[in-house]
Amino acid sequence: MAVTSMIGARIQRREDPKLITGHGNFIDDVNLVNMAHMSVVRSPHAHARIRSIDTSAALAAKGVVAVLIAADFKAVIGGPLPVTNSFVPDKKQVPEQFPIAATEAAYAGEPVAVVIAEDRYLADDAAQLVVVDYEPLPAVMDLEKAMEPGSPLVKSDRPDNIGWDAAFPAGDIDAAFAEADVVLKQRIGQQRLFPTAMETRGCVADYIPYDNRCTLWTSTQVPHFIRLFVGGALGVPESQFRVVSHDVGGGFGAKLRPYPEEYLATAASKITERPVKWIEDRTESLQATTQGRGQIFDVEVAAKRDGTLLGLKFTQLLDIGAYHGVFSAFQVVACLLGGGCYDFKAIHARSIGVFTNRMSTDPYRGAGRPEATHLIERIVDIVAREIGMDPAEVRRKNFITTFPHTNNFGLVYDSGEYERSMDRAMANIDYPALRKRQEELRAKGRYTGIGFSTYVEICGVGPSSATAPAAGIALVESSMVRVHPSGSVTVSVGTHAHGQGHETTFAQIVADTLGVPYDSVEIRHGDTGDTPFGYGTYGSRSLAVGGMAIMASCHKVVDKAKKLAAHAFEASEEDIVVDQGRYFVRGNPGEAKVLAELAFASYGAGLPEGMEHGLEAVSYFDPPNFVWPFGCHICAVEVDPETGAVSIDRYVAVDDCGNVINPMVVDGQLHGGIAQGISQALFEEVQYDDETGQMLTGTMLDYLIPTMAEMPHFELDRTVTPSPTNELGVKGVGEAGTIASSIAVINAITDALAPFGIKHVEMPARPDRLWSMIKEARA
Amino acid sequence: MTQSVSLTINGRPREDHVEPRLLLVHYLREVAGLTGTHIACDTSQCGACTVLIDGEAVKSCSVFTVQAAGKDVTTIEGLAQEGTLHPVQQAFWNEHGLQCGFCTPGFIMAAAYLLKQNPSPTDAEIERGLEGNLCRCTGYENIKKAVRSASQAMNGGTAETSANLVGSAAAPVEG
Ligand code: FES
Ligand code: FES
Repeated sequence: MAVTSMIGARIQRREDPKLITGHGNFIDDVNLVNMAHMSVVRSPHAHARIRSIDTSAALAAKGVVAVLIAADFKAVIGGPLPVTNSFVPDKKQVPEQFPIAATEAAYAGEPVAVVIAEDRYLADDAAQLVVVDYEPLPAVMDLEKAMEPGSPLVKSDRPDNIGWDAAFPAGDIDAAFAEADVVLKQRIGQQRLFPTAMETRGCVADYIPYDNRCTLWTSTQVPHFIRLFVGGALGVPESQFRVVSHDVGGGFGAKLRPYPEEYLATAASKITERPVKWIEDRTESLQATTQGRGQIFDVEVAAKRDGTLLGLKFTQLLDIGAYHGVFSAFQVVACLLGGGCYDFKAIHARSIGVFTNRMSTDPYRGAGRPEATHLIERIVDIVAREIGMDPAEVRRKNFITTFPHTNNFGLVYDSGEYERSMDRAMANIDYPALRKRQEELRAKGRYTGIGFSTYVEICGVGPSSATAPAAGIALVESSMVRVHPSGSVTVSVGTHAHGQGHETTFAQIVADTLGVPYDSVEIRHGDTGDTPFGYGTYGSRSLAVGGMAIMASCHKVVDKAKKLAAHAFEASEEDIVVDQGRYFVRGNPGEAKVLAELAFASYGAGLPEGMEHGLEAVSYFDPPNFVWPFGCHICAVEVDPETGAVSIDRYVAVDDCGNVINPMVVDGQLHGGIAQGISQALFEEVQYDDETGQMLTGTMLDYLIPTMAEMPHFELDRTVTPSPTNELGVKGVGEAGTIASSIAVINAITDALAPFGIKHVEMPARPDRLWSMIKEARA
Repeated sequence: MTQSVSLTINGRPREDHVEPRLLLVHYLREVAGLTGTHIACDTSQCGACTVLIDGEAVKSCSVFTVQAAGKDVTTIEGLAQEGTLHPVQQAFWNEHGLQCGFCTPGFIMAAAYLLKQNPSPTDAEIERGLEGNLCRCTGYENIKKAVRSASQAMNGGTAETSANLVGSAAAPVEG
């Protein structure tokens, strides 16, 4: 078997056998002896003062071990939840959030007490008996109202509701607008979304009394991050705190922060001297897990009649929720990518983060990039419509064509071929035929539309050269590669997989790089006890950053193996040739040693003078740049003017994520990503009642997650433009589908409704919204 | 106040004393120790908890344990026979019909039931048959493919796969 063929091969996932037979190990599958269960009492009010809490009835209830409130936790938890140093240069307010409210609750769902009981039924029963005396306070749910002077305050100790206000000016915007033939304005919304991983959050904390040691099993994307912060707040050093995140049933960005419940369960374990389990139920999840998007963009574009784009001005209004999410300010990246894959002379962006009495927003698949793509791709179509040019041709006229390209804000796009992916997508969908058919159908009173999305996105966070000045952090990634005496290989990584298939794809990389059989490579992640510190998995970074950390360790191992081979053959190291895992002296391939033999030798006697025993390496990789995937999605829809219902007739995508390790996994990431963007375009929206602050979409009955019947067939294709940023030539693909797809659908719907004079459609484009727009247009 | 309940799970009879309010899904997971059946909602929307009761697909979060008395329950753990995967399991593996795998046991049970009722479903019938199950990772594309491919395999054809594929986890075929 030619071992060098693993990279690029479609290999079935080694993760799957246990998952398809019911032997996964998800958080609710973790059970410890003597384990108690935690139920969280949450504020039903969007904003209220907590006058008093009476726990006596709950304490007296059957099976109750403890009822704990903020005062109890203050003695054990040493600090507030973390907020990363802002990605925004001008952070106005960073209010602290303690994991449980003491005197004032600022969103419906904020923890106010916890009950620890013998089983989860009893814990939930007793939670009903906790009596909290609330004094409801005025709440502000709407971010624009929250900005008004005199608005109710989200929390009474704050001067106002502004979290940040930062300007990003690039270029002479007045000159760009002065040149314009057309100046167009549009407001573009990004509704709040539930990330809705199918597995809700949960954790099991096991604090060992008198020993100050703790193990926390938790459903997270970032185990090392959790250890750092939860351990820090509880006063347990990392060396004595182990965080384990086995199988995780989806993350999508909603599991990348330390959450209040992780602190509370760990502290409760310490207080009660019992292991404590907490499993979020779905209704709770919809209140208490971070949400995505929640933004409004006010955009103004300047263009020439020939289609040349000149200047772009926009303001991002971002609904932070009651407290900053740990990474909420990352979403400001939308400002830096607002120009998309086009050449603009000048772009002026501004971001205002606004507190409201809602659950925090934080990254959700794409985090800032879907918003940027949605706004620029909408704007390009608006320009095209205004000047009467084909939307594809406006794109073609303005594409960035030479790489590396430094964008208006100094970010360097590493490689790209935007026109090629668009041409390919247009060919795949047979664009001319589709336009012709559209015309024919229009004549018959049927409304079909074609929507483009040509996107570029930033991923592989991140080079410390970029993240350190902005956020004070270096988002490097780590690996440890250990070749055992008989040749099998354990690879431990700081990233975390929750559906992405790293155990398979990373093993493919190792097999090729070390020249060892794929089956001999084991990938370990998710347990801080046996993996090096890493920042975890989000932002499509695991391959471009984590994969490169693995490569670096493999190279070190190969270097040492060469020395071992030189010693064995009594040759000089320069004369050793390595070919697909075989080490031999140049010119004598017949007499070779494989890595397993060299590994065995490395643990035995007779090593070269001065060489340490063993064959292993640890590496940390700090990428020189971000990586920049791109592509073109084209969606074809039909809108029924009588009902407003949208059907997706075709969905064609051509994506370029650089070199591909496993095409099956890459396609799977795209399918899921595209589905989430389509779902934002058509169905999903978190709704709160503006008056009462109550959530209206509080169960899965009210919040629409699409089923199989709502999703079209995805026609995928790709181009391969290797990234020059890393040796693997890879970019990232976890978020690309979501980044591209919402606007392909919305542009298609807007195109379909053009005969009604409709120029813009907001999300979600539900039948009632479209039906009303059509009705109004007809009137 | 507990109540005695006898039932058969994956071919093995058992008897337990349970509270009348104990949901079957909690019984399976916490009393019988079969954690392959998952819970992803509290309103009977997601289908992650799907098991077979007397051969029929049922959301086990919507049934009390005592209602399953005397019945024959099959969970995901009982689907593979003597070390051989059920064709639906094999097809989910072949076709990359799962990512995080949390929804997967429910989908596999629902699909196994669908194919038993209707060995050659059309795409529309697959969609209708599985509309009670939610997946957030796959966009359903490969789940549909897996069900089609399982249908072919069960009808005597070889499992036709979307790409050239091999049965073993390890052998590469492309590139
Ligand atoms: S747990 Fe969701 S339907 Fe049963
Ligand atoms: S595979 Fe993750 S929810 Fe379906």
